[in-house]
Amino acid sequence: MTTAPHCEEPAGVPVLDVDPFSDALLHDPYPYHAQLREAGPLVWIPKYAIYATGRHELVRAIFADHESYISSAGVGLANFNKEPPFRPKSLILEADPPSHTRARTVLSRILSPRTVAQIRESFAKEADALLDGLLDAARRGEVIDGVKRIGEAYPLKVFPDAVGLEPQGRENLLLYGDMIFNAFGPRNDLLVRSAEKVQPVTAWIMAHCKREMLRPGGFGDQIYQAADADEISQEEAPMLVRSFLSAGVDTTVNGIGNALWCLATDPDAYAKLHAEPGLARGAFEESLRYESAVQTFFRTTSRDVELAGVNIPSGSKVLTVLAAANRDERQWPNAERFDIERRPTGHMAFGSGIHGCVGQVVARLEGELILAGIAQRFKRIELAGEPTRRLNNTLRALGSLPLRLTPA
Amino acid sequence: MPLIHLISHEGTAEQLEVPEGYSVMQAAVAAGVRGIVGECGGSAMCATCHVYIDPAWLDRLTPALPNELEMLECTASPRRPESRLACQVKVQADLDGMVVRLPATQQ
Repeated sequence: MTTAPHCEEPAGVPVLDVDPFSDALLHDPYPYHAQLREAGPLVWIPKYAIYATGRHELVRAIFADHESYISSAGVGLANFNKEPPFRPKSLILEADPPSHTRARTVLSRILSPRTVAQIRESFAKEADALLDGLLDAARRGEVIDGVKRIGEAYPLKVFPDAVGLEPQGRENLLLYGDMIFNAFGPRNDLLVRSAEKVQPVTAWIMAHCKREMLRPGGFGDQIYQAADADEISQEEAPMLVRSFLSAGVDTTVNGIGNALWCLATDPDAYAKLHAEPGLARGAFEESLRYESAVQTFFRTTSRDVELAGVNIPSGSKVLTVLAAANRDERQWPNAERFDIERRPTGHMAFGSGIHGCVGQVVARLEGELILAGIAQRFKRIELAGEPTRRLNNTLRALGSLPLRLTPA
Repeated sequence: MPLIHLISHEGTAEQLEVPEGYSVMQAAVAAGVRGIVGECGGSAMCATCHVYIDPAWLDRLTPALPNELEMLECTASPRRPESRLACQVKVQADLDGMVVRLPATQQ
């Protein structure tokens, strides 16, 4: 016997009467994150009838208990056990063991640290080429948009190259990513607007998940090789390629964009990095903690569970606010300080546990190479105008980042 | 609290108090131990908390799961029969006194 999920406020749970997906809170989420953490370990958000936590300890505990907090009912607000998913479910993100384990095994092998050691040289070459071009532009006195010319340009080049996609049409990856990450939130204006092009964009994505569209030997083709070896089925292979295309670009685009914002708004931190480009990997890591590209995910309870003294009924949606956990003073001394020499091990920007980001080693490679390359070439990186935001229900994203880069 | 003896690649010994239920990686990172990175935070995703468990203690550990074995093929320093990922070694009272050696490099 399980109790029915609450539609009314559960007794004894602090209530936070906010809309986490409103434009205002997406624009500046940090005051609400602080409220969320201080209201209690677990709170109730009546607007969506969901539980939420912004405490590091709880977010980590929820991710560690994937049997009680499942993903197959969706990792957004929608409960796939009650309403059909808007697209066929992801075989890895929106799945539980044992089927998740098979998919995960294949993807984690393809994206392993060993693979990353192999691709490092070509990723470094592309970072050098891109940043040498910006060095020329900076010498001509140009202001550059860090979002377009670094944050988007670099991941859109190197990652689809590694997957084995053709060069044309890659802007579809950004549109698709924007839509997927909006779709983890409510059906608000953001989702409606980004879903306007759902049909052509989805058609492009699915066409490019086919084997004949993928360069032999690339990450995409390696998925089909796993299907040839019967590790997964032939029908599952294009769906796993889709996971590369939905999760592999908009995340790093914003991870890099946010890291540039952190450094451009903190001259002391950048001076440290410029003096010691070897700090690049740690600086990228700290920017992930401080300005997490993926701000939130949901889990769904598979049974009645007790968490922080609260009895949560089976079938409840629980919002895990990764970005709030990443600024929880209980875990991070001086959490509000961007400190590139901190060791932010255990931050939640990639999640953790069995659903921890499977591409995180590639993401770190991209972030490290870009930040190290910038640090080597430029003595200063400063805002040349007011940055704009691209609001998204899940992502912390910039629309533009005007930068003045001063050559070293 | 169980005490773990960490020996650096250069041979320096250090004692690490690990609360029961914590992993060797968590405790080492919290104590600022150099030589264990733990970049992925304990998801067995990065192979940067590679350690060598003293063979006398190896049998007391829970055997490595497939994802850890896969990661152990990606370590920066040579994999040996006593290689483990420190994030997957959860400390209980019976591991009090365990000797753990650190590799030359993690990345």
